[in-house]
Amino acid sequence: MAATEQKLPVTGAGPFNGVLTWIDQRFPLLSLWREHVSEYYAPKNFNFWYYFGSLAMFVLVLQIVTGIFLVMHYKPDAAQAFASVEYIMRDVPWGWLIRYMHSTGASAFFIVIYLHMFRGLMYGSYRQPRELVWIFGMIIYLMLMAEAFFGYLLPWGQMSYWGAQVIVNLFDALPLIGPDLALWIRGDFVVSDATLNRFFAFHVIAIPLVLVGLVAAHIMALHEVGSNNPDGVEIKAKLGPDGHPLDGIPFHPYYTVKDTFGVMVFLGLFAIVLFFMPEFGGYFLEYNNFVPADPLKTPQHIAPVWYFTPYYSILRATTADFKLVLSAAALAMAFLIVRSPFRAKTKALAVFVTVALLVGFYFIDAKVWGVVLMGLAVMIFFLLPWLDVSPVKSIRSKGPLYKSALAVFVVVFLVLGYFGTQPVSPFATYMAQLGTLLYFAFFFLMPWYSRMDKTKPVPERVTV
Amino acid sequence: MKAMRAVALLCVLAPALALASETEFTLDHAPIDAHDTESLQRGARTFVNYCLNCHSANYMRYNRLRDIGLTEQQIRDNLIFTEAKVGDLMKIAADAKDAKEWFGAPPPDLTVIARSRSSEAGSGSDWLYTYLRTFYRDSSRPTGWNNVVYPNVGMPHALWQLQGEQVMKEAQAPGPGYMRTVQQLALDKPGTLKPVEFDQLVADLVNYMTYMSEPAREDRITLGLYALIVISILIALTYALKKEFWKDVH
Repeated sequence: MAATEQKLPVTGAGPFNGVLTWIDQRFPLLSLWREHVSEYYAPKNFNFWYYFGSLAMFVLVLQIVTGIFLVMHYKPDAAQAFASVEYIMRDVPWGWLIRYMHSTGASAFFIVIYLHMFRGLMYGSYRQPRELVWIFGMIIYLMLMAEAFFGYLLPWGQMSYWGAQVIVNLFDALPLIGPDLALWIRGDFVVSDATLNRFFAFHVIAIPLVLVGLVAAHIMALHEVGSNNPDGVEIKAKLGPDGHPLDGIPFHPYYTVKDTFGVMVFLGLFAIVLFFMPEFGGYFLEYNNFVPADPLKTPQHIAPVWYFTPYYSILRATTADFKLVLSAAALAMAFLIVRSPFRAKTKALAVFVTVALLVGFYFIDAKVWGVVLMGLAVMIFFLLPWLDVSPVKSIRSKGPLYKSALAVFVVVFLVLGYFGTQPVSPFATYMAQLGTLLYFAFFFLMPWYSRMDKTKPVPERVTV
Repeated sequence: MKAMRAVALLCVLAPALALASETEFTLDHAPIDAHDTESLQRGARTFVNYCLNCHSANYMRYNRLRDIGLTEQQIRDNLIFTEAKVGDLMKIAADAKDAKEWFGAPPPDLTVIARSRSSEAGSGSDWLYTYLRTFYRDSSRPTGWNNVVYPNVGMPHALWQLQGEQVMKEAQAPGPGYMRTVQQLALDKPGTLKPVEFDQLVADLVNYMTYMSEPAREDRITLGLYALIVISILIALTYALKKEFWKDVH
């Protein structure tokens, strides 16, 4: 809003008209409110899957607020951390409630985010023009993983300690810089008090700060291009006489009341876990984490918390034998690219990358490739907007190929997650390897199956 | 689709396969009741008498035992045998280094042991209840004791005078179509308590240790019921509000 333009006084806020007018003349209060809330037109056909964005915001606030109260009593000190958590659970008034809210909230955050991402996969919310919304979202997901990883060390139980040890050692596997990098992250030769202190700093200051900023960017990017919807219709293409989308409704009050209802239902489920099964069978609070960290006693079975286990499975699947399968897969991929109508430069690049990979598979240890594949498994989501070349966005218009691929992907993600929580066995490794191949096939073959798929026409208007 | 069906099938089979590799014995179900204050009080007495010499409960305060129906005076008179004040934590004087020399490992703190011993095989309470009742004489061990649940454990049988001495005996039991030899515990020398009384004593002790692992448990469940009532009302109200606002969206 130009500074020279005369703003009208605020009306409709009863006794607050005066105060709001005073603020609005010094700060873009009303224009922000209109742009992002009262006159942000969202498609009117949002379904169940569209609750998870606002729920993610809700859980973020919950984690920050409960986190502040935990920090008031928690001691980031290897000698006192475990005891201070039990102090919170016993001696701090309502401490147990705050702690369980935070621990249950961590798992809830990932459940909500995974469902939110699945929504994006189903309805093609990452497609043009929403690539940046997706990319900001993916960075939020990465930051969330870092936040969870740093936070999990803080209770200083056996799983905290050895989980951190295992993950930091992943960096150790990298060629050349690995050992120095791991040392730099830990601040010591083993996970120790120095590690606990820096993880605490990252968990309570650095990452939350970045997260909040990214959430703001995610929403600003979304409001710039407008929300997608289950039909994959661009509602801005059909405007009414008032200049607003015919299929759009103002976010406030329609979606504010709807999302409030969603938050209440979420709170009900959240309360059932929090009050009646806070450990959730050892998945939300691992049993072994009630044993204080002991650097001299390695637990027999170290498993990361459930939300990391699909990737952990991919890491463990990458054995020396599996490199042969990977080599075959790389060759098949190169063959497919060369036989497809790509530009010569692309084909040459594909051949070059494949040769490099084959040489790498031959000379570099499987452990390194495990780390690389695990990293790739997370990062590949970034490429989705360009891997999906279907003429339509939503699964409602997509054909059987994409639907089956997505179904297989979801099953594979869950199976990998399950085996990641289990001890290693030949059968589990075989399943994880099969899962790893299917996982990457979903992404790498997408340019082909999304093009070949029989699609239905996108409807003119949204269906309610 | 075929691959997908195979994956789904394996999903169903996997838990069964994982269980098959578990240890042979099953944990006994601990007959405990968090609302039985007398049982909790008896358990607390056994705990301070038999456990709280070698093991600490460093995160538990004596006066928290008001939860289980005791007054501070009762706690002072009956449960504190050291110089500790009633508001102090249940610490012990034994030196961890000495203990390590005596038992091979320092005895673990017991405050949250009932939570940490949970597994797929049973709750931590079941584990403790089975563990404390399955010590047997084993001359090959430095302490002269071994345990079924925790083989080659460093801890000797602290309750042996009460339970008596068990030995591991071979016995014949019906197997799948034939008789097979199994290892069974048998009471060799009776203790001061009858087996039924001893089981009750251990159950009380485990009841107490389960309480101690999460003293807020009962508050949590009670508050949870209230929270669910309030949230149910809010769900109904916000649903009605949503319906009202959305009337004009077609």
